[in-house]
Amino acid sequence: MAEIIHSKKALAVNPLKVSQTIGASLAFLGLNRSLPLMHGSQGCTAFGKVFFVRHFREPIPLQTTAMDQVSSIMGADENVIEALRTLSDKSKPDIIGLVTTGLSETQGTDIRRCLRDFRTAHPEFDHVAVVPVNTPDYVGCLESGYALAIEALIETLVPESASVGKRPKQVNVLASAMLTPGDIEAIKEWVEAFGLRPIVVPDIGDSLDGHLVEAETSSLTIGGTPRSEIEIMGESTATLVVGPSLRKAANILKARTGVPDFHFDGLMGLDDCDAFTQALAEISGKPVPEKIERHRAQLQDAMVDSHFMLGFARVALAADPDLLGMQVRFLTGMGAEIVSAVSTHKHESLAGLPIAKVIIGDLEDMEKEARAGKAQFIMANSHAAETASRLGLPLMRSGFPQYDYVGGYARTWVGYRGTRQALFDLANLMLGQHHELEAYRSIYWAETRPGEHHVISSSAVGLVH
Amino acid sequence: MKASEIQALLDEPACDHNKKEKSGCAKPKPGATAGGCSFDGAQIALLPIADVAHIVHGPIACAGSSWDNRGTRSSGATLYRIGMTTDLSETDVVMGRGEKRLFHAIKQAVDSYSPQAVFVYNTCVTALIGDDVGAVCKAASERVGIPVVPVDAAGFYGTKNLGNRLAGEAMFKHVIGTAEPAPAAPRADGLPTYDVNLIGEYNIAGEFWHVAPLFDELGLRILCTLSGDSRFHEVQTMHRARVNMVVCAKALLNVARKMQDNFGIPFFEGSFYGVQDMSNALRDFARLIGDPDLTARTEAVIAREEAKANALLEPWRERLRGKRVLLYTGGVKSWSIVSALQDLGLKVVATGTNKSTEEDKARIRELMGEETKMITDGSPKALLATYHEYKADILIAGGRNLYTALKARIPFLDINQEREFGYEGYDGMAELARQLALSMESPVWAAVRKPAPWAKQSGPGTVLAA
Repeated sequence: MAEIIHSKKALAVNPLKVSQTIGASLAFLGLNRSLPLMHGSQGCTAFGKVFFVRHFREPIPLQTTAMDQVSSIMGADENVIEALRTLSDKSKPDIIGLVTTGLSETQGTDIRRCLRDFRTAHPEFDHVAVVPVNTPDYVGCLESGYALAIEALIETLVPESASVGKRPKQVNVLASAMLTPGDIEAIKEWVEAFGLRPIVVPDIGDSLDGHLVEAETSSLTIGGTPRSEIEIMGESTATLVVGPSLRKAANILKARTGVPDFHFDGLMGLDDCDAFTQALAEISGKPVPEKIERHRAQLQDAMVDSHFMLGFARVALAADPDLLGMQVRFLTGMGAEIVSAVSTHKHESLAGLPIAKVIIGDLEDMEKEARAGKAQFIMANSHAAETASRLGLPLMRSGFPQYDYVGGYARTWVGYRGTRQALFDLANLMLGQHHELEAYRSIYWAETRPGEHHVISSSAVGLVH
Repeated sequence: MKASEIQALLDEPACDHNKKEKSGCAKPKPGATAGGCSFDGAQIALLPIADVAHIVHGPIACAGSSWDNRGTRSSGATLYRIGMTTDLSETDVVMGRGEKRLFHAIKQAVDSYSPQAVFVYNTCVTALIGDDVGAVCKAASERVGIPVVPVDAAGFYGTKNLGNRLAGEAMFKHVIGTAEPAPAAPRADGLPTYDVNLIGEYNIAGEFWHVAPLFDELGLRILCTLSGDSRFHEVQTMHRARVNMVVCAKALLNVARKMQDNFGIPFFEGSFYGVQDMSNALRDFARLIGDPDLTARTEAVIAREEAKANALLEPWRERLRGKRVLLYTGGVKSWSIVSALQDLGLKVVATGTNKSTEEDKARIRELMGEETKMITDGSPKALLATYHEYKADILIAGGRNLYTALKARIPFLDINQEREFGYEGYDGMAELARQLALSMESPVWAAVRKPAPWAKQSGPGTVLAA
């Protein structure tokens, strides 16, 4: 059981946290022909755009209601209606995610009323789905904003129904913000290996995996979960929920459709992967395919190989709650010691982690703990690169954002194979900083012993005569 | 900040175009707006001051997704790269505890990082709830014993450009003229030293270091660069310069004009991009200082450097000659970079004029001829249409359009503040040439345009039903 400690500082230094607004936008970027619209000043969107573009190395559709000085004071409802009209008319999206910012929330806007006014004024755009989400940035973090968007999406687009299992091979997958496009791809292959057809919500594995298409430009997402698939989630056989942050969204889906759900806090490490595989076998009624058995055996082999490097390894972690939890369980499962675990937001799942404490704080907090606990490597986002260099430690980049590293978004962490690769890479980080014992020089030896005038450079070790 | 004060800032008498109808900036359109806010602009202008603690006062959104994402470089102090924000919670906002939190935050920053000064950036939420940032800064400054400067440029005040200007205004009001520079030590070669400032130079990717040695050689001491690789004390002493150069941007023109009005410092506008503009900038310094010996030495340095640069660039010119460029950047850069490209033998077939003034457009026609296409629609679709229509070989634009180009499988060069390479000065030109050739000559374009062997009939240009 972990104690949750709030950092008591007035000033956040080297922030780890990213706003809920950004998180909710990310969820909408995983839907097909979709577009997030931030209700705030134009800077909120510009910063968000740069944030995503640098992480995914993709063009990112994102728009703004462009609140200025007058509308910030006098009311900006007209901006919402005008933006919805312009986007529906020009870009013809299937879905607009209407997300709020600190500015519009502080102003006290009622986006649902704005949406009703838009519907009354513009019935010609009734076919465009608009999903309103309240995501003030003075509460929560990227992950909680993302979860709020999934909840709103289900409430808006999944009809109440009683058709469980009408499509016996169809399963829903609710995918947490901790999953990369590479992770989503791996999950889909995993589900498909059992003859099942997954509807992943949201599917950034399809929209933000980075692939060249023949269309040169698009003002909407290309790929992602289609609206038509979201609408038939009630006809699935089961729902697989990945990540504790989506528990509430799962409950809403279950209440509306009655589709039974299976919860997974993460999909890294042998136990996590086995639980998921077992669930797929039960849902499909099929035996576990040989290929998956083989991948499992490969992971077991990698675990015994790498336990020498990762056992007692002292690790400092900083991430949003879902990702942090998955990493903590994976690393402690290898015998590593977590000398620092910093997160952004107090989620109930953190208390159950098998470590002494989790700090709700920033990268400065992690830096202090990592130094005090003599950490050997760090897992965190690109912002921790400076932290790591001050500490003289290697950094394994994970989470958002990764702007100084090509392909971070594409990495697969989950599943038997993803876990195996993570083991290899982390074990190599440890090997790369292995320190030899300092040689002892006997008092009986002469000042120079024979052969000592040869200077041995480290790269020539093993080649000396 | 009052609306009337913002209006006064939008009205910049030193801007030539201020007399025309396109004064100030158009109101942003909901659902059809791109570009950053005033807070963004203020940070761009001031963050490079490297020994200052830069505190963003507001909830997480403003700092959380933007800290440490600027291309500016420092030769020493690294404090500016530490992200700091009051990260206000719901309780802070609802109960009005922001001011108290800010006060303690300033104290914490000073205690843990010993900065030379603290800058506090106001943001939308704190401006809306009415936190008196100015009063907190004043009280905190008395408590911590170092200057604490309020930068009131909340996002909803307006555009990035206005934010630059608000930042300049804060420097003029609170910092410039608050300390005296140490006299320059006599030079070993006996030459006189003249003090100058650069305004609006941000040392992106360290590019000013290509240029700086020439200033030393000529006896031009840069008292302060506002703000690339600068220090707080240098900004305090800017009022003692002989000449100000406004580098490549109208955004901080207000600072130069006010320094002319209040301290009698003449200024000129120039650029360090391209051999020609680089030489002109050095000449303008000599002209405004008015020392005939400096003028003669400047001409000698120019002759030497141009010869060196030309030798270095000759092989590149061979490779780049006749290649066609589509340039899309705003305002001044629409022509300042053109001379650099022409130096290399490239032909600019079209250029963006969205943010350009009538004077800028006249300059463009003068430089590039009447047939150059001027683009006002900067949407990805319009840019690509122009690219194909004018048979361009490369798109040169800001980072925002990087993926416009790559997704359309066309070569690209980043010219804005996030870029990784420095193009200023005589030496920067070779880097520019190298980067242009690198992208245009890359074998990947042919490879990615080729259809798969099993799908010979289809290729790029066919629009998929996305």
